Amino acid sequence: MNAASRPVEPGSARAPHGDQRHKAVLEAPDIRRALTRIAHEILERTKGGENVVLLGIQTRGVTLARRLAERLEEVEGRPVPRGSLDATMYRDDLRMKPARALGRTELPPGGIDDRIVVLVDDVLFSGRTVRAALDALNDLGRPRAVQLAVLIDRGHRELPIRADYVGKNLPTSKSETVKVQLAENDDRDVVLLGPKEVAP
Amino acid sequence: MKRHLISAADLTRDDALLILDTAEELAQISSRSIKKLPTLRGRTVVNLFFEDSTRTRISFEAAAKRLSADVINFSAKGSSVSKGESLKDTALTLEAMGADGVVIRHGASGAPHRLATWVHGSVVNAGDGTHEHPTQALLDAFTMRRRLGDLEGRKITIVGDVLHSRVARSNVLLLHTLGADVTLVAPPTLFPIAVDTWPCQISYDLDAVLPKSDVVMMLRVQAERMNAAYFPTAREYSRRYGLDLARFGRMQEHAIVMHPGPMVRGMEIAAEVADSPRSTIVEQVANGVTTRMAVLYLLLGGSEPAIGGDQ
Repeated sequence: MNAASRPVEPGSARAPHGDQRHKAVLEAPDIRRALTRIAHEILERTKGGENVVLLGIQTRGVTLARRLAERLEEVEGRPVPRGSLDATMYRDDLRMKPARALGRTELPPGGIDDRIVVLVDDVLFSGRTVRAALDALNDLGRPRAVQLAVLIDRGHRELPIRADYVGKNLPTSKSETVKVQLAENDDRDVVLLGPKEVAP
Repeated sequence: MKRHLISAADLTRDDALLILDTAEELAQISSRSIKKLPTLRGRTVVNLFFEDSTRTRISFEAAAKRLSADVINFSAKGSSVSKGESLKDTALTLEAMGADGVVIRHGASGAPHRLATWVHGSVVNAGDGTHEHPTQALLDAFTMRRRLGDLEGRKITIVGDVLHSRVARSNVLLLHTLGADVTLVAPPTLFPIAVDTWPCQISYDLDAVLPKSDVVMMLRVQAERMNAAYFPTAREYSRRYGLDLARFGRMQEHAIVMHPGPMVRGMEIAAEVADSPRSTIVEQVANGVTTRMAVLYLLLGGSEPAIGGDQ
């Protein structure tokens, strides 16, 4: 996902509420339903979710992974290992911007060797974040398989990467931004579609 | 544009916290089986050491290699410097080789500062004369933060040869930036002239300061830099300013003992104290690699450095 579509500073994540330029494409109940469906699809495709490890990509992917893990546990009645992954050091656009702060990479105690790792992110765009995450996984262990779950697939891929589980396919233009806000990070659950912000 | 790390005073509070937070995330790398990140692939870091050093040079080398940078080690012994080459000509040679980062240790205070005006890469001061050693201060702050949490309002006592210590000056500047209260303790002869302008307190009496301290950092008496008698005998120095078991027993329960190394057991620190679980001396070495990785990443990892001073 291109950094332009993801707010980096916490302040900019708060899209102005009454702003006509930003349209809410998914509200809280839609997000809830999408995650519930993804949870069931994961269980179906992995035959009960055995051996599954959910790894959220920083920052909002971590929140989504936590919510998915809760749903899997509700259905299957046993804990699902989850963790977080920060792929900043593996990005291919590092040299285009000043070095940025790192997020936390935290693997569950059992590690990821021989597990089915489901990477979780909020928006799938260029695919570059996922590529970086796959490289990071390479240094962390050897999963039996890696799958990808995203809340929004907005198209415009620049690499041969696709998601296994998609909350919503959202046709967009490259001049638009998609912002996912989650209650844990931004006070409310909503997905906003708006014009690309012009740098001040 | 910020490019270099010459002095701990180059760092704002935000800069310093960014380095410490980044180091905290990088610390996990050393517990992994693959201790390597691709971040500085294709970048060249030159270690330019005009003074003897084992731990600092190895630490910088390990840090650069864990970030996949190419490392060129240069030591004055056996180089053209021993044939009379000047610092400037050495710098121009490095420039021609395309060094992205230069880590320099030099016996003359201010050498890194001069070097920074001659090269395009980022200059990191790894100790210049009796002036500064900013990455040591950062790894010390990192070690303290891991043991004690936030440093705001913490009482930190630095004891020993302040006059010849670059570690003391960098620590005072950085710890002040981070909101800690620093007290320097030494015999009057081992304080530099303008120490009253430093952002810290000074004392001649270790026993008065010890019970209030959260951190006690011992400095080595740098006999190799001493050209006069600064104290009557080593034994007397040790008795008044050494951290022995009796003094150690009067410290607070949670207080930690630090030493930048190399230490002289029995002189400034008793062996039993150095080996106690409340001593962080070995930890400091491991934290040095992590902290230097953070500095190299933030200076060289992006399109422009995220920390450091203008030049």
